[in-house]
Formats: sequence, C-alpha cells, structure tokens
Amino acid sequence: MLRTIRIKDLSLVRGERRLFSGLNLEVSAGQAVALTGRNGAGKTSLLRAVAGLLRPVQGAISFHGAANGESDALEAETARAEALHLVGHHDGLKSTRSAWEELLFQARWTGGSEASARAAATKLDLDRLLDLEVRRLSAGQRRRVALARLLASPRSLWLLDEPMAPLDAGHREGFGALMAQHLAGGGMVLAAVHDPLPVPCDVVEVGG
Amino acid sequence: MTAFLVLLRRELALAWGRGGGPLLALAFYACVVTLLPLAAGRAPERLASLAPGIAWLALALAALLSLERLFERDFEDGALDLLALGPASLEAVAVAKCLAHWLAAGAPLALAAPIAALALGASPAIIPLLIPCALAGGLAFSFLGGLGASLALGSKRGGLLVAVIVLPLYVPPVIFGAGALDALAGGLPWTGGLFLLLAYSAAAVALGPIAMAAACRNALD
Repeated sequence: MLRTIRIKDLSLVRGERRLFSGLNLEVSAGQAVALTGRNGAGKTSLLRAVAGLLRPVQGAISFHGAANGESDALEAETARAEALHLVGHHDGLKSTRSAWEELLFQARWTGGSEASARAAATKLDLDRLLDLEVRRLSAGQRRRVALARLLASPRSLWLLDEPMAPLDAGHREGFGALMAQHLAGGGMVLAAVHDPLPVPCDVVEVGG
Repeated sequence: MTAFLVLLRRELALAWGRGGGPLLALAFYACVVTLLPLAAGRAPERLASLAPGIAWLALALAALLSLERLFERDFEDGALDLLALGPASLEAVAVAKCLAHWLAAGAPLALAAPIAALALGASPAIIPLLIPCALAGGLAFSFLGGLGASLALGSKRGGLLVAVIVLPLYVPPVIFGAGALDALAGGLPWTGGLFLLLAYSAAAVALGPIAMAAACRNALD
C-alpha cells in the first residue's frame, strides 16, 4: 500500500517556459497538502507530473510503501496505476451517456464494483441524478459524478485539481467531510486550490 | 483482463450511441454505392467490373470517416487522462478502442459489402472471398485509422490530417484485397493476395497499438 510520496528537486518546463525548479515535497499517510500559487504557476502540471502524465526535466518523484525512510520503494508505474486518483478540471464524462453509466464505467475501470459505485453516489448526493444524461447536469453536478470514483474505488492518493470550484457551499462541506474520512483512514490528498481546503492541511506555494 | 472488457463495453456503447455506429456507416456505404452508377454510367458490364473495387473504396472511406474522433473526444473531455492512469496500459486501451470500432462499424460494413457488390452486378462467385477479405481489411482499416487519429490529437483540423496520414497506409490492403478478388474472377490463383492481406492486417493489429500509445502519451505530455 502506498504510504508516502516524495518529490525531490523537481523542475517542470512547459513549452519554453520554466514553471518552477527545485521543488521538494513529501506527503505521507493521513496528510493533506494544498498547492497554492497564481494562475499558471504550475499547480496542475505538478499534479500531472505526479500522476506520470508529464515528464519532469529534472528531479524525481518516488512512491513508498512505508511511512518513512528510503525503503519500501514501490514501482512508479504500478503505484500510479493502482494507488492514485487524478480528478482534473475536465471531468472526463461523456455528455451523451447517463451519469450512472459514466460513474459505473469510471468505478469499474479504476477497480471498483457496482455496489461501491452505488454507495459512492449516495454519499455524494447523486441518487436523483443518475438517470440523467451528463449534458443535462450542471457543472457542480458533473464534478460530483467525477468525484464519486474517489469513493467507488478506494486508492490512497487523491490528486485533485480545483476539486471544489464548481460545488455549492453545502456540497463543499460534504466533500470536506469525505476528505477528512479518507485522511483518517491513512489516505493522502494533494490538491491544487485557491480557496482553503476544508481539512487540516499543509500549504505549499508553487512557483513562488 | 476485466478492465479491458469494461473498456471494450464502454467503447461499444459509445460507438452504438447516438449519431454513430453501424447504421450511419451502412447508410454512408449505401450512398456511395448508389452514386457510382450515376457517376460512371449504367452499362452493366462496366459496373460489374468496377463493383469489387468500389466496395473496397467505400469500405475504406466509411472506416476513415467514423474513426476521425476516436481519441479526440476522450482527449478533449479529459477521459484520456483516466484511461492513461487505469489498470490497463495505453496499448491495451488502443486495442480496445480499435477493436470496438471494428465490431461496431467495420464488421457490419464487411457483411454489407457482398450485397453492395451483387447490387452492382459483380459475379456471385466472388462473394465467399469478398467477406473474409472485407473483414480482414476492415480490421487493418480500424487499427491504421486509429493510428492516424492518435497522431492528429490536439490539432484543430484533424479530419483532413487523419485522411492524409491514413490513406497511404490503406493502399496495401486495397491492392492485396482487390488483387485477390480480381484473380478469383479471372480464374487465376488468388490465395497469395488473401494471405498478404491477412499478414498486413495482423501486422497492423500487432504494431498499431504501440504507435497509438506513444502518440497518446506525447499528446498528454
């Protein structure tokens, strides 16, 4: 099980522009880290680099099964395929399919089951929306469908990009409680945010 | 393996869903076949000699048109991130997508090809060969078309670009398939063309996904 991720001396470049260099960060079980910084500072790119979608020009990102020490290094590819969720600002939902079809696919694809998808939908207050086509949903409702896979297939690391931007106050509170549960169970959260996270967290400024 | 099947089911559902799927491809195919006598004249003997060729051409174009957005949709709405981070490799994702396309559009078209050829006056003797040729050729069309679609990811005018990348790759299966049908109609040995077509399709299925996965990684980076 993934218990620590360690980012060492990381530099990211997009096009000709250097986003940041020499970033060091460690997240361990039960910890939440909020990434802040101006628009374009590289928060999203950092999340995508941790997920393995971007290749850093320098530095290393390693995954460990133990809470401390260099031991128990996990193979990055396996850790990424089995132990992390990335919810970006695109929700990844097909507009012509029903919310339930999309949720069920995302849950099964990441290792969940039909029962866990049902339970996740209930926790995110989606029960009444499941039969609707995704294009009939509001931005906040779509985001909740996308967030449901976090609960439908339990994985230790949540990489969230502005997860709560489209949510209303009530659902922000609800999602905060779900995050707190995830952390209490030994999970980790790395979130790019502009508003404060509703759980105790360390704040890291990206791109200075 | 279960993840692969889950994805295959979703891709099939997407292909069969609104505004796509076998019906639309078949309708396109019917239009092309109907246009031919109007464009080339009604003389039955001329149509009969063109029939297998036009069946091939329509097959290639129908496959191409339905493939254009195979990866683009997932790229635009963020689902490609999810697919890239799933339990199956991107190579397997590419196989599932192309296979679903072949099942939803290529195979029905291949089964319709004999009807089109007969309607144009082709000799019934070539039908037993036309079906396997169209099935194997359609498989190659799906995997090569997917390659074009993945290489065009992120470019705004993907459609023409896909055609320019893919059509040259469609040349060998068309030559082999049409050659085998011609040879059969002329009473010559035809197995060589069929085997070359099968070999080409097998190579496309084996090598295409590796290139598609690389192109997707490149587009996501």
